[in-house]
Amino acid sequence: MPKYTLNVNGKARTLDADADMPLLYALRNDFGLNNPHFGCGLAQCGACTVHIDGQAIRSCVTAVSDVGKGKVVTLAGLGTPQKPHPVQKAYVEEQVPQCGYCINGWIMTAAAFLNENKKPNEAQIKDALSGLKCRCGTHMSILRAVKRAAEMA
Amino acid sequence: MTKMDKRSSSVSRRNFLKVGGALVVSVGMPVALDTMLGINAALAQGVRPPLAPDQLSSYIAVNKDGSVSAYFGKMDMGQGLFVSIGQMVAEELDVAFKRVKVIMGDTGTSVNQGGASGSTGIQLGGKQMRMAAAEARRVLVDMAAEKLGAPADQLAVVDGVVSLKGNAAKKVSYGELIGGRYFNVPLDWNKQTGNALYAPGKAQPKKPSEYKIVGQPIKREDIAPKVYAQEDFNTDVKVTGMIHGRMIRPEIAGSVPVKIDESSIKGIKGARVVHENGFLGVVADREWDAIKAAQQLKVEWSQVTPPFFDNTQLYDHIRKAPVRKRDDGKPVGDVASAFKTATRVIEAEYEWPFQSHACMGPACALVEIKNGQVTVWTGSQKPHFVANGVAETIGVPVATVRAIWVPGPGSYGRNDADDAAMDAAVLAKATGKPVRVQYMRDQGTGWDPKGPASIHRARAALDAAGNVIAYEFVSKGFSRVDVDTNGSKPAATLAGQLRGVPLGYVDGFGVPAESYVFENKLTAWETVAPLLDRGSPLRGAHLRDPVGPQIHFASESFMDEVAAAVGADPVEFRLKYLKDPRDIAVVKAAAEKAGWQTRPSPRKDNPSTGTVSGRGIAYSQRGGTTVAIVAEVDVDRISGKIWARKFTVAHDCGQIINPDGLKHTIEGNIVQGTSRTLWEEVTFNAKGVTSVDWATYPILDITEAPQSIECVLINRPELAPTGAGEPSIRAVAAAIANAIFDATGVRIRRVPFSPDRVKAAFS
Ligand code: FES
Ligand code: FES
Repeated sequence: MPKYTLNVNGKARTLDADADMPLLYALRNDFGLNNPHFGCGLAQCGACTVHIDGQAIRSCVTAVSDVGKGKVVTLAGLGTPQKPHPVQKAYVEEQVPQCGYCINGWIMTAAAFLNENKKPNEAQIKDALSGLKCRCGTHMSILRAVKRAAEMA
Repeated sequence: MTKMDKRSSSVSRRNFLKVGGALVVSVGMPVALDTMLGINAALAQGVRPPLAPDQLSSYIAVNKDGSVSAYFGKMDMGQGLFVSIGQMVAEELDVAFKRVKVIMGDTGTSVNQGGASGSTGIQLGGKQMRMAAAEARRVLVDMAAEKLGAPADQLAVVDGVVSLKGNAAKKVSYGELIGGRYFNVPLDWNKQTGNALYAPGKAQPKKPSEYKIVGQPIKREDIAPKVYAQEDFNTDVKVTGMIHGRMIRPEIAGSVPVKIDESSIKGIKGARVVHENGFLGVVADREWDAIKAAQQLKVEWSQVTPPFFDNTQLYDHIRKAPVRKRDDGKPVGDVASAFKTATRVIEAEYEWPFQSHACMGPACALVEIKNGQVTVWTGSQKPHFVANGVAETIGVPVATVRAIWVPGPGSYGRNDADDAAMDAAVLAKATGKPVRVQYMRDQGTGWDPKGPASIHRARAALDAAGNVIAYEFVSKGFSRVDVDTNGSKPAATLAGQLRGVPLGYVDGFGVPAESYVFENKLTAWETVAPLLDRGSPLRGAHLRDPVGPQIHFASESFMDEVAAAVGADPVEFRLKYLKDPRDIAVVKAAAEKAGWQTRPSPRKDNPSTGTVSGRGIAYSQRGGTTVAIVAEVDVDRISGKIWARKFTVAHDCGQIINPDGLKHTIEGNIVQGTSRTLWEEVTFNAKGVTSVDWATYPILDITEAPQSIECVLINRPELAPTGAGEPSIRAVAAAIANAIFDATGVRIRRVPFSPDRVKAAFS
């Protein structure tokens, strides 16, 4: 089984894995980083989203062998209660989630988007987040939070 | 190692109870100090008394630092229920809200209050916690009276400190009185468990006029840990030695494995097959290996006649299927005779498909069997019942099973979580190792228990003046309880059924919940047999507001049809026949807040092409709560696309405990209801379900979210609180359908209102 060294949340992490094993399982099971979540394994929901070199990608369909030297950041590496990312702060202020299983996808996707789009309008925000799923139907508060984060950023 | 890992692996049932709090103290009669010391010495082992519904200690404990643990036998499915419970407990105990920690859904720490069920978290669960907290306060004040040498009625409590009125220096805190020990106070238990459990003490709860904490918009504290990746879900729990399991389901529902070629997975580390009758799973040391093994395993399945048909024939099937059970409810007057005298009869039929829970993640469970103790980590909203189910499924005494609820990937009723718990238990028993099972997406959406499909026939008889003289409404559909509301019996879970136990065959549907007064009125339901008697991906079950959306889509669309037939404004028409003053109040409140213009539907001034807009109202009751919804929609006549642009919701659930939590709950209901109305339909063919992921089972996208959801929260502090978890999803589909009719003059009687179907309706 090949060995891989990945850069995750600023640290070098090593694992043995099949080349085609999705990054999601490495993060969750080998590195103990529990957000990202498994939602579909099909790139349809976003629950598994992480950043690689600042881009939001879906780790359920990204093979460990394809990560290479890319800098992987998970929700745990995005911000802390002391130094929150604006989207995290807004999520708490707007009391967004219900079950909360989806939030990893929305926060990571919105964070990457706001990084590149400083003052987006509502339509641009919706477009950027289109395709992500929230089964509990927290769409209204997600939009409030991302707008709030855009104003903070 | 995760946080959860440490807790779960190092803490046995016994010492878990120890960490929770305190020793036991006997109170009730005034207790002298020396008696208390005696009791302390006698009970120095520090174990909480056994959980029993008639013991105050089962619900409330005061810890050494004066903080309060509230052990709750229901749990929060994401609407912030635990905040409201904390508010109710803090209010009655007179402690600051922050001092109360609500501990939910662990059979090791709470009695069976029914789990999350039927929007009764506050209505029934909260009622019990309120009474328990009130009793705890009474007992504590009695203890303080003894200690301070003053009569109880001369004492006041502020944030857990009891002091003499007029002499605040004479005081003692709850922590000093009992902190670190447990109550030993019997309650007057009604001998019921589950939702119906009720065990008050001698104390009366406060009057609403005294409330300081109840009614406040207190925020949830569980959000920040989730947002900062500090809190685990049930999918994240790991224990030492844990292996991974995956289930394999047949391509043709009902077929069973006849030949399994284990050599097809022999290259995969630790891969092993677990097979018993129709039950087929694999395990492996690593998760990805378990997934690969499940994909690679060569299986020959038995030849069976495909049990279903194409879903386009669904409603014909229901129409023609023999009625297995009919329930006529409580008929009023003589409907048949009244129809004979009618000047005019309005009739319509509505159709609602099977729908999936389609939770955000497929269900997951972990089961560990160690030293004769079974521990289940589950996302099921009814863990106490899961413990029963696991015990029976793997043949162990229920007393040896502890089920711990950990928030899972969403739950809106009887989803796939109970099935996953049983599968994990079977795999754990067969392999002798802790097994974590998570379903794959196609299993989560394809094989979860389904909200049942139905048709609804409505008729109204009108006299010459256009008054409704008779009304008949009959639903006919699959049972909502082909499988039980919980996984306590093998008949109710896939593991049980696939290993040989048929479905439980219970019949259940429902009737509209409203207060329309017609001289002659009949609301009834009929059920038809399930299509497959075991291991079916189309087994009917509870899905958020079981059968409420289907029934009220039909009944409230029909009220609109009758209003239109007599040229009446939809609001005025409803007000003419509604009886209950609270129903009248919500209809008026929603209409007023939405700026409703009185006129019949459809509106006359819309162009016949392009995008047109309209408004519709619908209303319904549920378990003492009443809700009216005005929907405003835009209809693109070319594409058939509907945008449910704005909702105005008037909501009356009696006493409001937490308006902030309530508003979020309503928003979730409206969005999920819109999703189910516009998009959701389980598709299937003769072999099985074909809607198996987010592409084939689409839900409402963020680009389709409403522009606004306005809530009018009607607070009635003098009335006991009723539920909010489901009532506002009921009338969503009808409000949208009525708005589409207002915009276009076209009535859509089949859900979902997908663009194709809407377009077809226009042509
Ligand atoms: S789990 Fe990766 S997109 Fe759904
Ligand atoms: S909060 Fe439950 S899926 Fe989004």
